[in-house]
Amino acid sequence: MSGVRLLVGTRKGAFVLTSDGKREKWDVSGPHFAGWEVYHVKGSPADPNRLYASQTSGWFGQIIQRSDDGGKTWTQPGTPPGERTTPEGTPKAESNKFQYDTSAETGKPLTTHQFYDGTQYPWEFKRVWHVEPSLSDPDTVYAGVEDAALFRSTDGGKNWKELSGLRGHGTGPKWQPGAGGMCLHTVLLDPSNPQRIFVAISAAGAFRSDDAGETWKPINRGLKSQYIPSPEAEVGHCVHRIAMHPSKPGVLFMQKHWDVMRSDNAGDSWHEVSGNLPTDFGFPIDVHAHEPETVYVVPIKSDSEHFPPDGKLRVYRSRTGGNEWEALTKGLPQRDCYVNVLRDAMAVDSLDKCGVYFGTTGGQVYGSADAGDTWAPIVRDLPAVLSVEVQTLP
Amino acid sequence: MIRVVLPPHLRGLAHVTGEVQVDITGPVTQRSVVDAIEASYPMLRGTIRDHVTQQRRPFLRFFACEEDLSHESIDTPLPEAVVSGKEPLLIVGAIAGG
Repeated sequence: MSGVRLLVGTRKGAFVLTSDGKREKWDVSGPHFAGWEVYHVKGSPADPNRLYASQTSGWFGQIIQRSDDGGKTWTQPGTPPGERTTPEGTPKAESNKFQYDTSAETGKPLTTHQFYDGTQYPWEFKRVWHVEPSLSDPDTVYAGVEDAALFRSTDGGKNWKELSGLRGHGTGPKWQPGAGGMCLHTVLLDPSNPQRIFVAISAAGAFRSDDAGETWKPINRGLKSQYIPSPEAEVGHCVHRIAMHPSKPGVLFMQKHWDVMRSDNAGDSWHEVSGNLPTDFGFPIDVHAHEPETVYVVPIKSDSEHFPPDGKLRVYRSRTGGNEWEALTKGLPQRDCYVNVLRDAMAVDSLDKCGVYFGTTGGQVYGSADAGDTWAPIVRDLPAVLSVEVQTLP
Repeated sequence: MIRVVLPPHLRGLAHVTGEVQVDITGPVTQRSVVDAIEASYPMLRGTIRDHVTQQRRPFLRFFACEEDLSHESIDTPLPEAVVSGKEPLLIVGAIAGG
């Protein structure tokens, strides 16, 4: 019988939640990496047992963990647990090393970026926000990092190399941190075109490569951000998340700081589809697994509150690709709820009916086994949830 | 044999309990001790000092013999009690927050 595996990253560790295809009863394992922030965990589409996790700490830096058995056991690629070596024989692979490319050949000189006060700061690595395994090769994985850049490993996470054409394409000095830092948080791989990659950065905007990450261009035409000096600038927009349906990779949906946006030409231009949402601020956005025009968002009150309007936790669904939205409330708290749902904390499975999942900063993970019509908490009391991914298992 | 006490998070990463011990030939300094730890426990590379800059992480400090050595030169010889193994070098995470 088919099943699902939820990969949940939290402020204090990772959790793996599993269920059969009914998605009624769940087993919970974890915390893995207890006490560490786990920004993201994601499985390889090419090998469901291959998982990558970003384990991070303000004290101890960045760790990349890998599982080859679906999350039962974990290792740091290149440094097996308990491995001891002499100074002459240390492994060459350093799985946790994210070194910005400053070489004269590729570096084009990788610039500075704007700090909050408008002065220019050099790039400084802080953490991995998002891991995106290749669609076809379990050993190839991308990492979106803070300060914003894209790295790729082709050896299962042992070694990482920056795709420096992104930072070096010219607009870097205009990028600046969002409230959560200057992070590259979204990586979308086009299933119909291995050369095409989309990324999103707060606060710079969305970018596209059509040559497998070598060169990049901003794709922010149509975005309007009132909180920056030039609302329609080429870069500087605080994009919170972008999503696509694999059957229509030219159609992108975006939750911007304010505004829900849509592009029908792979990001060349965008138009607003916020429609009747109670607030068009929010973080996650996702697309139904079987209906490319069915989109989910979680409206959040802002600029500073960052909790659901009126204390009611509501997912909004559009079945028309935007503009017309319906509130999904059944099973979700409709009073006194003041949690947030972060940008990487929503996912959909590909069972029939489509399952939808999201986690909150209050530690709840909610699931719907009927495309959002009804919801139930899977767990209620985890640490604050940073990310939710789901694997649909055979 | 140099004795080192790691903070709990790093003991977990290194799959050790209690103190770790490293052998060092030549001067015993903060640099040579961290070099030896990283050689014996490669999974700790980047966690005590930055991969690229080699600077001590700002929320970690080094103590020995009830003295804060964090702001000493990393090439200053460590106290004789550490060199002889009588006292450990303590690598301590800042307590605030977390």
